[in-house]
Amino acid sequence: MDLWYGLFTGVLFGALLQRCEVIRYDRQLGALRLRDMTIVKFMLSTVVVGMIGVYLLFDLGLVKLSVKAAVLGGVIPGGLLFGMGWGLVGYCPGTAAGALGEGRLDAFWAILGMFVGAGLYAEAYPALKAGLLTWGDYGKITLPQVVGVNHWPIIAMITLGALLLFRWFEKKGL
Amino acid sequence: MIVATPRSRPWSPYLGGALAGLLVVLSVFLSGKYFGASTTFVRGAGFVESLFSPERVAAMPYFIKEIPKLDWQALFVVGICVGAALASQLSGTFRVQAVPDSFAERFGGSSARRAFVAFLGGVLAMFGARLADGCPSGHGLSGTLQLSVSGFIALVCFFIGGIITARLQYKGR
Repeated sequence: MDLWYGLFTGVLFGALLQRCEVIRYDRQLGALRLRDMTIVKFMLSTVVVGMIGVYLLFDLGLVKLSVKAAVLGGVIPGGLLFGMGWGLVGYCPGTAAGALGEGRLDAFWAILGMFVGAGLYAEAYPALKAGLLTWGDYGKITLPQVVGVNHWPIIAMITLGALLLFRWFEKKGL
Repeated sequence: MIVATPRSRPWSPYLGGALAGLLVVLSVFLSGKYFGASTTFVRGAGFVESLFSPERVAAMPYFIKEIPKLDWQALFVVGICVGAALASQLSGTFRVQAVPDSFAERFGGSSARRAFVAFLGGVLAMFGARLADGCPSGHGLSGTLQLSVSGFIALVCFFIGGIITARLQYKGR
């Protein structure tokens, strides 16, 4: 059943990504070149709707959160390295699969590279686990916990920030 | 002769993104699953390697942590490919292309060159995503929408790294 949910959710998500042109190299590089914010508009819209919905259901006790640990030794260098690779490949792991679906042949090489990267990481993992991944482990923390407030003020602020950013994007034609 | 194909206009990223947000909420409600993609590449790599040396893979700590198997996320990633294929066919926007437009404009139309850059970028991006414990789906969407600190840090680092390499490649254009 889980597998069917996965497939069905993926098909809908892939269709949305495709119709908004979010899976295109040109759009992803457009954002990184700070000239076309299509993917940022898509991402932030997803985040705003998602956080309101998920926390609403969370307050009602209907869903669980699944927060990843903030391990600074992993997330900062890993995030920067991901970004540098992303700037070259122009697809992230999910969008590469979508790009292949809409006929972009270079996404095949991207995906092949991603499998190799995952394999290399598995080789490096024992050393990283003993070293870099022990640095700055703050556990599974969320912004409301850090600031010491309820989640709704934070959600309201992020939503307001996103709306102001959207208005600025539209004004600048980004 | 150039045959004009009917190409539908793209959807608003605000609308599409908001619908994707509803999809996340529905997915979490129905199956308890947040979006993610990069773990699937670990499981896939483990699966391929285990065809050649199953004993070695069975003893590797990272493949013990992320056991190579078909799970929700693997089908989710396959689904993205299928969904994009269906949507592009239905909207007349399916297009076989080896070199993206902006890449060709900057670096020429060599598909071998583009394949090399895509491959190299893919290796770096996935190594980084696994070190960070997530990609733009797992951290960028699922992490930030749960207000997790790791999600926001990762998202900022993704963009800093990406802007650096985009600058290096497209400087002055």
